[in-house]
Amino acid sequence: MRITCPLCGPRDRREFTYYGAEDYLHRPAPDAAPEAWDAYLHLRDNPAGITRDLWYHETGCTAWLLVTRNTVTHEILEVALVAGRSAPKPARGRRAAP
Amino acid sequence: MRYSGLKVIAEGLFGNTGWRPAWRDPAPKPEYDAILIGGGGHGLATAYYLAKNHGLTNIAVLEKGWIGSGNIGRNTTIVRANYFLPGNSEFYSHSLKLWEGLEADLNYNVMHSQRGLINLFHSDGQRDAFARRGNAMINQGDDAILLDREGVREHLPYLDFEQTRFPIYGGLLHPRGGSARHDAVAWGYARGADRRGVDLIQNCEVTGIDIEDGAVRGVQTTRGAIRARKVGIIVAGRSGQVAAMAGMRLPVESHILQAFVTEGLKPVINHVVSFGMGHFYISQSDKGGLVFGGDLDFYASYASRGNLPMVEHVMEAGMTLMPMIGRAKVLRSWGGIMDMTPDGSPIIDRTHIDGLFIDCGWNYGGFKAVPASGWCMAHLMATGQPHEVARRFRLDRFATGHLLDEEGTGSQHNLH
Amino acid sequence: MRVAGKGLVDRSTTVSFRFDGQSLAGHPGDTLASALLANGVKLVGRSFKYHRPRGILTAGPEEPNALVEIHEGNQQTPNVRATVQEIFEGLTAQSQNRWPSLRHDLLSVNDLAAPFLSAGFYYKTFMWPRAFWEKLYEPAIRRAAGLGRLSGRHDGAVYEKAWAHCDLLVIGSGPTGLMAALTAARAGTDVILADEDARMGGRLLAETGQVGGQSGPDWVAGVLAELAALPNVRLMTRTTVTGAYDDGTFGALERVGLHLAPQADLPRECFWRIVARRTVLAAGALERPIAFRNNDRPGIMLAGAIRSFLNRYGVAAGQRVTLFANSDDARQTARDLHAAGIRIAGVIDPRPDASRSEEFPVYAGAEVIDTAGRLALSQITIRHKGSVTRIETDLLGLSGGWNPTLHLTCHMNGRPIWSPEIAAFVPAPNAVPGLIAAGSAAGMFSTARCLADGAAAARRALAEIGMSAPDMPVPEAEDGTYELQPLWAVPGKGRAWLDFANDVTVKDVRQSAQENFRSVEHMKRYTTQGMAPDQGKNSNVAALAVLADATGRGIPETGTTTFRPPFSPVSIAAMGAGGRAAGFAPQRFLTSDQASRDRGAPMIEAGLWYRPGYFPRPGETTWRESCDREVAMVRSTVGVTDVSTLGKIDIQGADAARFLDLVYTNTFSTLPLGRVRYGLMLREDGMVLDDGTTARLGEHHFLMTTTTAAAGQVMRHLDFVQQAFCAAWDVRTVSVTETWAQFAVAGPLARRLLSGFVETPAGLPFMGCAAVRLGGVAARLFRISFSGEEGYEIAVPARYGESLFRDLLARAETFGGGAYGMEALNVLRIEKGFITHAEIHGRVTAFDIGLDRMVSQGKDCIGKAASRRPGLTGPEREQLVGLRSKSGAAISAGAHLFTPGDTVGRATDQGYVTSVGFSPTLGAWLALGFLKNGRARIGETVRLVDHLRGIDVLCEVADPVFHDREGVKLRA
Repeated sequence: MRITCPLCGPRDRREFTYYGAEDYLHRPAPDAAPEAWDAYLHLRDNPAGITRDLWYHETGCTAWLLVTRNTVTHEILEVALVAGRSAPKPARGRRAAP
Repeated sequence: MRYSGLKVIAEGLFGNTGWRPAWRDPAPKPEYDAILIGGGGHGLATAYYLAKNHGLTNIAVLEKGWIGSGNIGRNTTIVRANYFLPGNSEFYSHSLKLWEGLEADLNYNVMHSQRGLINLFHSDGQRDAFARRGNAMINQGDDAILLDREGVREHLPYLDFEQTRFPIYGGLLHPRGGSARHDAVAWGYARGADRRGVDLIQNCEVTGIDIEDGAVRGVQTTRGAIRARKVGIIVAGRSGQVAAMAGMRLPVESHILQAFVTEGLKPVINHVVSFGMGHFYISQSDKGGLVFGGDLDFYASYASRGNLPMVEHVMEAGMTLMPMIGRAKVLRSWGGIMDMTPDGSPIIDRTHIDGLFIDCGWNYGGFKAVPASGWCMAHLMATGQPHEVARRFRLDRFATGHLLDEEGTGSQHNLH
Repeated sequence: MRVAGKGLVDRSTTVSFRFDGQSLAGHPGDTLASALLANGVKLVGRSFKYHRPRGILTAGPEEPNALVEIHEGNQQTPNVRATVQEIFEGLTAQSQNRWPSLRHDLLSVNDLAAPFLSAGFYYKTFMWPRAFWEKLYEPAIRRAAGLGRLSGRHDGAVYEKAWAHCDLLVIGSGPTGLMAALTAARAGTDVILADEDARMGGRLLAETGQVGGQSGPDWVAGVLAELAALPNVRLMTRTTVTGAYDDGTFGALERVGLHLAPQADLPRECFWRIVARRTVLAAGALERPIAFRNNDRPGIMLAGAIRSFLNRYGVAAGQRVTLFANSDDARQTARDLHAAGIRIAGVIDPRPDASRSEEFPVYAGAEVIDTAGRLALSQITIRHKGSVTRIETDLLGLSGGWNPTLHLTCHMNGRPIWSPEIAAFVPAPNAVPGLIAAGSAAGMFSTARCLADGAAAARRALAEIGMSAPDMPVPEAEDGTYELQPLWAVPGKGRAWLDFANDVTVKDVRQSAQENFRSVEHMKRYTTQGMAPDQGKNSNVAALAVLADATGRGIPETGTTTFRPPFSPVSIAAMGAGGRAAGFAPQRFLTSDQASRDRGAPMIEAGLWYRPGYFPRPGETTWRESCDREVAMVRSTVGVTDVSTLGKIDIQGADAARFLDLVYTNTFSTLPLGRVRYGLMLREDGMVLDDGTTARLGEHHFLMTTTTAAAGQVMRHLDFVQQAFCAAWDVRTVSVTETWAQFAVAGPLARRLLSGFVETPAGLPFMGCAAVRLGGVAARLFRISFSGEEGYEIAVPARYGESLFRDLLARAETFGGGAYGMEALNVLRIEKGFITHAEIHGRVTAFDIGLDRMVSQGKDCIGKAASRRPGLTGPEREQLVGLRSKSGAAISAGAHLFTPGDTVGRATDQGYVTSVGFSPTLGAWLALGFLKNGRARIGETVRLVDHLRGIDVLCEVADPVFHDREGVKLRA
């Protein structure tokens, strides 16, 4: 697996450290309801297909990357800098389990 | 048909033409008392214990592919009860006891073999952590022995005690740990459930869950609608997709775990050996192949296949720990889809939908859990109450903070 | 036996080798298999289950039978394919899975017991009595199972790994691969041509047909000469592409030294990671046997393999040859043998209308139904026109047709497609992105078509990446016809082998279907079909056909099992090259490393670092004596220790203080310039991530220290928080852990040691920091302490670390002090109740360690919200406490805590011990641990039980700070 870092170019997967789904970018407000924090920290769409998740170019430029890819084929569709992304999107997904 | 040595001989004398099907291939009925989605180890065990312990036989297991096609058929076959957190300890302890009677119970030789598991440690700090674990195992009533370096050498003389990167300080021996033949576990439970009247329906994919007024009414499948007032979701790596049919988001992320087997070799490794610094564990199957694995590939995936970085890392761990395996050749590698939770422990619980139950989140420890998971899920579905040894496997524990985090790595699914 | 005038081996030179103790001779270019056949050796191995005598079935790496051990010195390599192993002077091979000898193998008794060893028999028996499984049955099974033997000794040989990148990777160097490589090479693109064989050319080396008006080998030589002369081409022989992975990454195994006598510095193998923009799979095809009764004897060989041995190695594998084949292709074997003067006793062709116009007998519409010959084939029985005939023969060639070598196209979950035309699976298009299967790997069983398809595939691949290749003429080639009529298994009694290696017969597959193991995956797993070292290359398709027949389905409906990496087995040592000994993980050394070793300090692993355990003095015989002395030294005079392993993160920018307020639970924006503050950092889930001190070096400049264990994790965390949540802020972070060497100087005499040596130590308050100069070097001085004594840490650029350490030690010794190591450091911090990652093990909150008050109420911080979950506070939580052995008896970390009088068990467990040390200061065994509701139980007695070490001691629950609770000494 190879990821094209926007700063460094195509690099082998072993230069990167994986974190998890894009959800980790959508940090709730400090006073948000416990359900929002539960959803943020734990609940995942976990799609079999296109997903967006977070990778750290740890042995490269130390940029955090938002990678759009397919969890079934491992095809990588887009790589963007976390720091360079546009305004945070509202939290997505289905409702949380109670 | 009861299996025995005499039966094998009798059939052999007559050309082995008398063997009957291990299970039937029934067509789905329009309605069952309970439906289990997923014909893997956990689903089949649940069906078996629903029938055996609770007399619930008008039930069906719906399997998308062929029974045992998921993680039960692709794992490193390790059976152990060496957890240390209350909640896990009693559950895995119960599971190991069930393993110890499984052949007789199922009339099927699952080749459960307690050749001992040794977890190696490589620093004073690791020794203390394993001592805590070993003491917890004994407190639970299971067995553990703390070996020093020389003790390890007696059991595992082939390790590289001189040059390995992380010196071997000792090991925690779990004498009742060992391995079993993975496919046989699925087949044994399948045959046992079938013999008690459970319908095992293969090539039947669930496409929807019918819910009315907050209660489950049945499922939609590729072989038509099937009604039931109780439905259990027991689909491991696919939990996210099936739960989504009921409008649920789960605390689960699916990851790849690769495993490897070598060509057959004459016996060289008797125990199950686990390397504390390298995420490497190995045993030798009865057929002679070295069966070993490592850590996750670390990225969310449903591909059932991995990539080279972890392959190489696992092999490197093998080479620093036990370089005598260097000339064994890897014959096959495979990847399973692991349902990773944010504390590394499983979920056996009701959902917010009446009659809908879920058993998931086995991370990469699901194989040894199969008997107790089936036992407890059956108890939950039959009685509506959690079984005593699985009462902490709640779906809401992440929200409430009642976590069961053996690794201590927190709310990052892939770190457990 | 060698055939005059045939073969590509160098007959002018002789190479001697040994097989089962017998000295034999061959020629350069021989494989072990060709050399054995040339010497008339037919019996080479024993089968896995029935221990049937076996010979050589194939001429390639797919060989299921002829697996041997290669011995060298006290090392040996099991399961080596005799068909791949090249001979060299002194090669020592030995047969395997037999005892006491290959000819007389006691376990061949299994063959007689075969009726009782049918598919899956072991699932149905060995269950009674239960204890017998582990004591009797299983050990016996384990001893009988397995093939070759490992030596049990460390493999000390050299292995390597390497990377390669190219525009086009061509896998296979037969007609398809050579044309693909040539086309791309002439276009000037970067080409790698890899072939598993020692010699390139593929089937062209084994065939007599002309290519481009020349013999096959001559045409190959011409193409290779052109390729070798081009700078943009890399030719990789003896290199098997073993796996297809994501984004054009392939694994490949090069046999660097396996064909040569071992040399100390010569790698045995090299594992390549090849990254290709595009790939042409030109791996050819594999011939398949036909199943019939006793089709597994030595002397039964694939027809194409017989041709390989004859044309490439100049070896006739028999003198009186029969063939059993269902296509035209195998006729060429008979013709080549006949032309070489070898007698063809008969061609048995099941096609009723097969041509009989040959110069040897052809039995059209006939089938082989049995064979005879215990250790070598002597006779076959055929059924022809309703009658049964026996034919004397010493070599039977089999051909059930050919299967495209499509395995790599399945490595990314691609499912092959059934082609009724050739009765074989062909690769699904685009099964591996960027890979084009071409030639016979794509089902084209014609040399002319392969040549054209190879060129076309290369052009297509290059066009996809915006490169173009010129049209070039495709050479003409002689071709035969194929005209296959599928035949998988000849009906009849007895055992007919499908999987030779695992001893799976047609009966086993049928029984599997009978028992309702009807899915192809169930059949595979129940019978072990295709799970032997050849991975089913010789048998999967036939087994599938038998299963399809048994279940009344077609082959496409029955489906196929998945091929997974590796394509052919790869040694653990090759894929794990570099991992041996210390190579497994980086080693990090302190600048003081040598100085510590010079003083006799044992260096112990701390993560990737090596740190001194203690510094023994003359007369000290145990580590405890040294440790006790070092603790007392720090408490009474002065000690020096290297603390450079702590993570150091430089944080700068106008928003740096604000950033620290977010990542720490406590406030840093109020920290005055020139001061240091202890900080507690949480994970977002509310658990303690790390603790450490951060100094304010300037208005917008901070230096954070982390624990050794969490340095990398904290850096990753800070980068995430900064980039994900504060990207617009003016703050930057960088690790400077290795930029600075840092030493702690601790003890009542620490200030005296430093005065006069460092410019401005005087007046520096506790938790103060200053830029200082040390003999002209800019340094940093911090007044912080992990020991509880007055302490300083002095940091210099790493290149001055060693000299500063030696200097500090020399000065300390003049005060009666000296160096102290990890052991003393640990005791000192336990006496002070300072935590490490033994305590902050990922499951503890600020509440648990008694630092809840450090979570500022006035601001947000990472982890604050989640730490408020109900399960993370309250009396049920295990809280940090100190423990002191009441009797003075030793206690241990890892012990569990109980209320005295309770039974000891999981249900009554009250907590556990995380750190233990003997305190020479207090003359007592002290511990830190976690106890349910612990802070409310200070002063109570608990029972500490360590079953593993046989310790059962009463302890007093205490405040974790045992020594100088008021911090008087720190602030002195």
